[in-house]
Amino acid sequence: MKSGSDLLRIENLGISFSMLGGRLHVVKGANLRVLPGKVTALVGESGSGKSVISQSVMGILPNTAKATGKILFTDPLDGRTTDILQLPTDGEQIRALRGSRMAKIFQEPMTSLSPLHTVGNQISEVLAIHTESSKEERRARTEEMLDNVGFSNPSRTYDMYPFELSGGMRQRAMIAMALICRPALLIADEPTTALDVTIQAQILELLRELQHKLNMAMLLITHDLGVVANMADEVVVIYHGEIMEAGPVEAIFRNPQHAYLKGLMAAVPHFDMKPGERLKALREVPVKTDTLWAKKKEVANAPEILLSVRDLTKSYKTRKSGLFGRKHTTEVRAVDGVSFDIRRGECLGLVGESGSGKTTVSKILMRAVTPDSGSVTFDDGSGKINVLTAQGDDLMDLRTHIQMVFQDPVSSLSPRMTVQNILSEPLEIHGRGDRAYRLEKVRGLMQAIGLDQRFLNRYPHSFSGGQRQRIGIARALALGPQLLICDEPVSALDVSVQAQILNLLKDLQKQLGLTYLFISHNLAVVDYMADRIAVMWGGRIVELAPREVILRNPVHPYTRGLLAAVPFPDLDRPLDFTTLQASGASEQGEWAPQFRPDEAGDPLIPADLGDGHFVLARKNVDVRELRPW
Amino acid sequence: MLLKYILWRIAAMIPTLLIISALVFTIIELPPGNFLDSQIAEMQAQGETVNLQDIEELRHQYGFDQPPVLRYFHWLGGMLHGDFGYSFEYQLPVSEVVGERMWLTILVSFVTIIFTWLIAFPIGMYSATHQYSWGDYGLTLFGLLGIAIPNFMLALILMYFANIWFGTSIGHLMDQKFLNEPMSWEKARSILSHLWIPVIIVGTAGTAGMIRRLRANLLDELQKQYVMTARAKGLHPFKTLVKYPLRMALNFFVSDIGSILPAIISGAEITAIVLSLETTGPMLIKALQSQDMYLAGSFLMFLAFLTVIGVLISDIALAFLDPRIRLAGRSTK
Repeated sequence: MKSGSDLLRIENLGISFSMLGGRLHVVKGANLRVLPGKVTALVGESGSGKSVISQSVMGILPNTAKATGKILFTDPLDGRTTDILQLPTDGEQIRALRGSRMAKIFQEPMTSLSPLHTVGNQISEVLAIHTESSKEERRARTEEMLDNVGFSNPSRTYDMYPFELSGGMRQRAMIAMALICRPALLIADEPTTALDVTIQAQILELLRELQHKLNMAMLLITHDLGVVANMADEVVVIYHGEIMEAGPVEAIFRNPQHAYLKGLMAAVPHFDMKPGERLKALREVPVKTDTLWAKKKEVANAPEILLSVRDLTKSYKTRKSGLFGRKHTTEVRAVDGVSFDIRRGECLGLVGESGSGKTTVSKILMRAVTPDSGSVTFDDGSGKINVLTAQGDDLMDLRTHIQMVFQDPVSSLSPRMTVQNILSEPLEIHGRGDRAYRLEKVRGLMQAIGLDQRFLNRYPHSFSGGQRQRIGIARALALGPQLLICDEPVSALDVSVQAQILNLLKDLQKQLGLTYLFISHNLAVVDYMADRIAVMWGGRIVELAPREVILRNPVHPYTRGLLAAVPFPDLDRPLDFTTLQASGASEQGEWAPQFRPDEAGDPLIPADLGDGHFVLARKNVDVRELRPW
Repeated sequence: MLLKYILWRIAAMIPTLLIISALVFTIIELPPGNFLDSQIAEMQAQGETVNLQDIEELRHQYGFDQPPVLRYFHWLGGMLHGDFGYSFEYQLPVSEVVGERMWLTILVSFVTIIFTWLIAFPIGMYSATHQYSWGDYGLTLFGLLGIAIPNFMLALILMYFANIWFGTSIGHLMDQKFLNEPMSWEKARSILSHLWIPVIIVGTAGTAGMIRRLRANLLDELQKQYVMTARAKGLHPFKTLVKYPLRMALNFFVSDIGSILPAIISGAEITAIVLSLETTGPMLIKALQSQDMYLAGSFLMFLAFLTVIGVLISDIALAFLDPRIRLAGRSTK
């Protein structure tokens, strides 16, 4: 490749941070290129150095970082090549490039806009810096750009503050800000990682459309191979600061060479997995539960249904009392008439976007939230327990049966307790055995999750995210529960670690005969774990069916939209943006009429399609009408 | 809308101040005895004879023979129409005793606040943007010294050196010949020329504290993503600093106003005694010592009033500064 044809060419880039007593090299000898008008994806796990590379391209590295090598940027407008690393930090030349010729969008749309300035102010600021234009011109151009990125009322949006917009809308505003000067290069740093899957599809589509329209090159930084397959022309894989593999997307996906890339691809759950097929984690964890306790003895006449949930309803009153008078209460139904059963030994998946009420359901089951109405019954064969009203000894007893694994492995472990304290605390609370017994038990738990017993006296901060999540799982297992509620247990973890945790959970389920309620927004993950899947939208379960059924024959428009929005790490199955738009997945108004409440206000009820397949629809609708074929 | 909010807040101040007044009255009633008792004790200690008849008469005149609840309402009622009671010590109405001192106190405090901000802001910004540089370390050392040295100590040191080097006394807020004189050009000049010493002394600790807080807040804000966004736009680093992180850091600063007002007025007492300033501080301490209850009570009420006003000001300013507070009621999306 001739260097003249590359828009961005990184040669032998090394980046190091000065640490106490030495330098930490986070990027070593990296080479990559971005062709004009093309998309190069930079793929790697967190901590692999990919974000640092993107910062060095714009010259916005932290002060403690030092970069060596060459970053050559050739502006297609005048054909001049500049070595960005040679420009003075924050000097005039680099500032003239930033925002104007190269722009960046960030992962967190929540924090990357200032909450104190209006959207319009922040976007038009770019014009004020780089162009000679009057205030009116800037406003006009900003509104035009807001219109381009999909705001229906740009002049109103101009005067809104970021916190008044949803996450997806904020990311659109960020894109408008980045593209308003029509840069030659857009650096997108995990642009959709923090968004729901349907919103992610919309943003990806928008980026692609604009990229074509403006003939702009893009450096897309992501860990999601599905996004890469749908967006990239060329792929660069980075691992521990070193480029492992680079090439056109075809070559990379069809014929991966490097062991790391192969491993990464095998570690992502996807919909085509055969029943019983196992993910290959990059680092597998051996599970040894023999020391823990014997598999729960089958109670002779144990009922099939372990947990039965009926008509749960929880609404939150948000009193939007403005500072300046105007008070009005709005009632938000977080959970609205949710019913389901969890069978003994199965894994029930609960899927939904943020705000769909899935976490509220889990909190109700843990008695952390009191529902307005409904009932929850737990029955393991030794008598029914009313989960919502249990008091005193019954409640203590219940706590040993139902335990929870949390999403965030960092904040769910106390930083001031050692692993031993964390794991033995449940045993102490329930007065199990003496010190020696508890220590024995804790050792068994450590073994079960594949952690070395020497780590018992360490604090959580000395573990990686995956290890911490394993400790969280061990804590949940300490009392020998029968039902484990896993609330997004892997969504904070890297892909490679994700597979490890999922496999661990699967193994534990098999060996200990556990029952799971597995909550996630990631359909592929739920698909890997669950026997049956319930899809939640707006506080209601809109569809519930066995795993194979819901994936092959989804009936509800929301489920179908959700499935269509998942990007596959497979070049032959690109996201179909046109059907995605048509289905209008997350907007109730665009669903087919039989799935919407009618004008008379008749409540929707779950219609039985057979084989345990239920879908929320109008009462008087014929089952045949629901099937789209 | 904003007007309605302000009116509502002012209305809410009334019960607050009533409760405070009851507390203040209870506290100054708590020590055994009253002004007359302590004066009798003092006179007896000096060997003077005390006419019990006179004392009884005075007791009746000042209302000490009435139950405390009645006296409280009497005091409260008086304050409402500007009668703050009678100072036993000075044999004058409280308002006359306090008079000029009040304005001088407000002047000193106000100038001190401005001084604090003028010094603290640039230094805090420098320290935060040059974290762990020699400049940051040096200023941090200076700041810690400022916090660690008690104000009165600094006052004594300054007085000592001023005396040795310049042969002048730096006490008082004005030349003594202007004391109790009506305001004139000469007097104003004299006050201004004396003002800087107490301002520096009283302001040091506050400045140092504020530098530390501003630095910490700015450092937090500088880590935030939106700063990176602004830099990626090509904004000049200094403009970035002022427009985004500094603006965010202002929130803490504004909410501080509520506590700054009373802290500066009550915190400067010992310094004021050392420097014999004509402010209210020394008077308050003396009034508390001698159980000159109406004088002390009025002072305490004044401090409480300032606190409540300060909180009000900072709340209103916050609403102006931060759209998240102002628009909390506007429907989202």
